[in-house]
Amino acid sequence: MSNDPGIPGAAAPACPLPLPHHDRIVLGHGGGGRLTAELIERLFRPRLGNPTLDAGDDAALLELREPLPAGARLALTTDAHIVRPLFFPGGDIGRLAICGTVNDLAMVGARPLGLAAAFVIEEGLDTALLARVADSMRDAAAEAGVAVVAGDTKVAERGNVDGLYIATAAVGVVPPGRDCRAAGARPGDAVIVSGSLGEHGLAVLAARGDLALRTTIVSDVAPLNGLVEALFAAGVDVRALRDPTRGGLAAALNEIAARSGVGLTLDEAAIPVRPEVAAACEMLGFDPLHLPNEGKLVAFVPERQAATALAALRAHPLGAGAVVIGRVEDGPRARVLLRTTIGGTRIVDVPAGELLPRIC
Amino acid sequence: MKHVTEFRDPRLVHTALSELHRVVTRPHVIMEVCGGQTHAIVRSGLDQLLPAGIELVHGPGCPVCVTPLATLDQALAIARRPEVIFTSYGDMLRVPGSDGDLFGVRAAGGDVRVVYSPLDAVEIARKNPDREVVFFAIGFETTAPANAMSVLMARRRGLRNYSLLVSQMCVPGAMRAILASPGNRVQAFLAAGHVCAVMGWREYVPIAAEYRVPIVVTGFEPLDLVHGILMAVRQLETGRAEVENAYPRAVSERGNEGAQGVVREVFQTGDHAWRGIGVIPDSGLYLREEWRAYDAATRFDVGHLQTAEPAICIAGEILQGRRRPTDCPAFGDPCTPDRPLGATMVSPEGACHAYHRYGRVREAIP
Repeated sequence: MSNDPGIPGAAAPACPLPLPHHDRIVLGHGGGGRLTAELIERLFRPRLGNPTLDAGDDAALLELREPLPAGARLALTTDAHIVRPLFFPGGDIGRLAICGTVNDLAMVGARPLGLAAAFVIEEGLDTALLARVADSMRDAAAEAGVAVVAGDTKVAERGNVDGLYIATAAVGVVPPGRDCRAAGARPGDAVIVSGSLGEHGLAVLAARGDLALRTTIVSDVAPLNGLVEALFAAGVDVRALRDPTRGGLAAALNEIAARSGVGLTLDEAAIPVRPEVAAACEMLGFDPLHLPNEGKLVAFVPERQAATALAALRAHPLGAGAVVIGRVEDGPRARVLLRTTIGGTRIVDVPAGELLPRIC
Repeated sequence: MKHVTEFRDPRLVHTALSELHRVVTRPHVIMEVCGGQTHAIVRSGLDQLLPAGIELVHGPGCPVCVTPLATLDQALAIARRPEVIFTSYGDMLRVPGSDGDLFGVRAAGGDVRVVYSPLDAVEIARKNPDREVVFFAIGFETTAPANAMSVLMARRRGLRNYSLLVSQMCVPGAMRAILASPGNRVQAFLAAGHVCAVMGWREYVPIAAEYRVPIVVTGFEPLDLVHGILMAVRQLETGRAEVENAYPRAVSERGNEGAQGVVREVFQTGDHAWRGIGVIPDSGLYLREEWRAYDAATRFDVGHLQTAEPAICIAGEILQGRRRPTDCPAFGDPCTPDRPLGATMVSPEGACHAYHRYGRVREAIP
């Protein structure tokens, strides 16, 4: 690639000192000069390019195909992505960045209009690795039907960043009539999860290699906007939606219970957890309800629409494992209770902080 | 999860529970020694399904909870040193010492790492010959063999930069101390299955005889626990006081003698302080004289540190089964798992943490 003269704007540097760096990212790649232009032209644009991004202005101009209908709202979200290792079974930081951001929009019922990504790169990062991340972002964006319309690149001195961080932002449109924010759950609603829990968290922990754990568990990271659209297309009056990411299902449900001012009762036997996830949790002392997911959603729907919602979710590849796991109760407020398999009851609490394996 | 799901089978659990309801004729106070059992009981809600007369009290078998505050302060002092890589089981990072915890040391620039086995710490020492690698060797008979093995490995590899900060305790001494205390209410014990998997159950025979107390070796799944409680209650109802094994799939009379041999080679017994309880004779393990070079407390000269507990915390009485977490004026406010005042609120195996996490709040659950 270093001998490729064909790309305009990427001429050889005038100063003889900096050699054409193509194998590794150097500080100059973030300097805004020729090296930056070269990185954008050669690495990012071939993968993520589209007319809006390619216009190269300071801000992306998003053309609306039709005027926004009355009652439609704009949704705006931002997210910073730090994950070690950068590649893990089932995904990587690039896929995570696209999916996490699209999912944040999807959970308020928004359809994505465009996504922006800022890359903070550690000096010395393998350029081929960065290209693989961009490849993965291209694929995830295509899956989600969203374009990366704005971007930025900065390079930090070696040791100041752990490889690569990606910060994203996205805007989307919520069609009129949709309101599925966390405050919408009502007594009698059914609580549905779209599939089995805990896979992303364990896949990343195992990929770090310091768990003394070999496993076949693969991250579930995926864009959920299609699944959400399927739910609305089936005519379901979705009351509340959340993707149980950090803090797991426990944190997502506690937040909905608190914001909606309702209590929830879950049926432990109904909560889907794969056997290999359950076994790893047993060994390490983790609760599957505390592990993060990146491709699952929890939906609150009126009880009489539960069957319709389940059918709509199950017809989509990302919702094949959808099940009802509980219901919203009249009281006590802001409490998530779990009926255990042996018939006891306990509270589902949010994890305190960092997940820590227990001693014995 | 073969060999686990069977022991959570609701039908089998309920069959055992009905038998328990049939057998009980009067109130009994039973202590489950191990924090892992406390956690399992509250997590599954088993305590709500027991006959009203059966009171489970939670024992001192949480390694995070009973590690003395002075040892924690030693750990913090060592972990702050720039030449040290301080390695620990994850649980210990959140336990508050007199001024902060290991998370805080790490945030301030200390090199504190979570490992899953002390053998990983030995490997870190091998890869970092210019650093001092210290492993926080805490726990009961369950962790002692691996901790002892790490020292053997370090010597075999000729490593001079590896040492242990040891706070290693043995369960039988604590059971004796509880039985001998004037306020004791405990009438029977569920002995900790994992401890017995290593040590066997022989050493409990003299305790059962001397104090006339039933001791039932018990596992950690709901069916194991009901089975253990049922065997203890049958003994209490018929006036027997024997050691029985309700966990034969993991525990034999003599235990794992290979592991016991490794422990004896490296450690010797001595009196040990238990956080919240005090000094218990012959309840601790210490590095033998010939292994003193691997003792971090000596190497970094932190043996003199003195400490004091928060006055309001009743962790000591909870660990001895005299009071319940909800009896504490600080329970839930200001003491929570996020801002623990005492060690029983820190570890998921601590009684206060388990109560708080699974909603054993002062109000009743519907």
